[in-house]
Amino acid sequence: MSELSVNHLLGIKYIKEADIQLIFETADHFKEVINRPIKKVPSLRDITIANLFFENSTRTRLSFELAEKRLSADVINFSAAQSSVKKGETLIDTVNNILSMKVDMVVMRHPNPGAGVFLSQNIQASIVNAGDGAHEHPTQALLDSYSIRERLGDVAGKNVVIVGDILHSRVALSNIFALKLQGANVKVCGPLTLIPKYIGTLGIEVEPDLRKALQWCDVANMLRVQNERMDISYFPSTREYTQQFGVDRALLDSLDKEIVIMHPGPINRGVEITSDVADSKQAIILNQVENGVAIRMAVIYLLASKIKN
Amino acid sequence: MSQKVLLSSREIHIILHRLACQLIENHLDFKNTVLIGIQPRGKYLADRLARLLRDEYGVRDIQLGYLDITFYRDDFRRGEKPLEANKTQIDFLVENSKVVFIDDVLYTGRSIRAALTAIQSFGRPAEIELLTLIDRRFSRHLPIQPDYRGRQVDAINREKVKVMWEENEGEDVIYLVDN
Repeated sequence: MSELSVNHLLGIKYIKEADIQLIFETADHFKEVINRPIKKVPSLRDITIANLFFENSTRTRLSFELAEKRLSADVINFSAAQSSVKKGETLIDTVNNILSMKVDMVVMRHPNPGAGVFLSQNIQASIVNAGDGAHEHPTQALLDSYSIRERLGDVAGKNVVIVGDILHSRVALSNIFALKLQGANVKVCGPLTLIPKYIGTLGIEVEPDLRKALQWCDVANMLRVQNERMDISYFPSTREYTQQFGVDRALLDSLDKEIVIMHPGPINRGVEITSDVADSKQAIILNQVENGVAIRMAVIYLLASKIKN
Repeated sequence: MSQKVLLSSREIHIILHRLACQLIENHLDFKNTVLIGIQPRGKYLADRLARLLRDEYGVRDIQLGYLDITFYRDDFRRGEKPLEANKTQIDFLVENSKVVFIDDVLYTGRSIRAALTAIQSFGRPAEIELLTLIDRRFSRHLPIQPDYRGRQVDAINREKVKVMWEENEGEDVIYLVDN
């Protein structure tokens, strides 16, 4: 296969396993490109991309912007904090105004789940979902799987545990879809208050004991506790959370195997993982960041190739 | 569909030796020269020439790389078929070195135009030459000509030059195919 089955990347839910493999193979080439002395290719020189961030982001926005620039696309940036959204403009009006400036692709982060799907049904441009509320964050899941594939050779058959705040995490949901699609075994671990009630319908087991979960897994993806999305208290204190669900060196050393530690960032050092773990060889956190650019280049390149001239 | 043999295995053998000798004539010990096979099909010719230079003519330390030009092509989003990338493998800098591009067939010249842009990502070469096994005359879209050519052929647009290598297809042979 040499073409994606979709015109937008709205979520992992909407793509196929073959799409993931195509994105990975393309990302392999781009990873080589971004390690050259000159890290830029001219493919998208006639494509304009708008990065619309209706919600705060640092690394995802930088990663997308760098990916777009490495492909020679023209880039415009928009963040809700400085825009007319504050004056009451609707999403479609905002986006249509931007599209009138002849934009071919929109990368959007939005606090509302389904914002990307809604937009794709109402405007003429390729949409890349860069996170919609607590729903999906497909490029993060792709770069996570890509990093597992890079470290362990394959994703299929691997045991992956996602630890922490599953309830508020779009990273968790996209990762679950992506890992299942590639044939990995997935468990989640965290305070039961932060695990969605119907997680079982996704075919996912809950392992409330962190030690058992780590003993079972090849890879542990440590999520951040998303305090900003919590309207009520889901656990008694940060200290108690860390005691039960934080990973430190002593815990890793007590396992009878070496597991891979991932984190989508930003890390709360000393909460979900300690510094000595985050900075150890077992952690591939910075590889994830590097791979993020290659994966986003691949996604943008493949979607752009479907925009007819 | 009809096809006729353009070059037989024996003819290819002789031509490869001639091209190797011409390269030696211009580059002597290849100290400051790098051979770059243009992906996907130029790789096989580059491999063959490098092996010949090493094994038959005793040239040591040949720097050989493969350059993929997919992301530099000028027909992105313009063709019916999506473009498929291949592996680029250049483990050295080309800054100030003499680069020889190696490709099997020179047709419109657009691939070489893309390669000229692509190679700049690896440094500023002192000079760039082009070696091609088959040069299709009268079909260029750009002012690009080879420095070393195996055989020049006249072929009309609907005809296709098919290069087959022993390592892939079991036999060295070049066909002119009429679709």
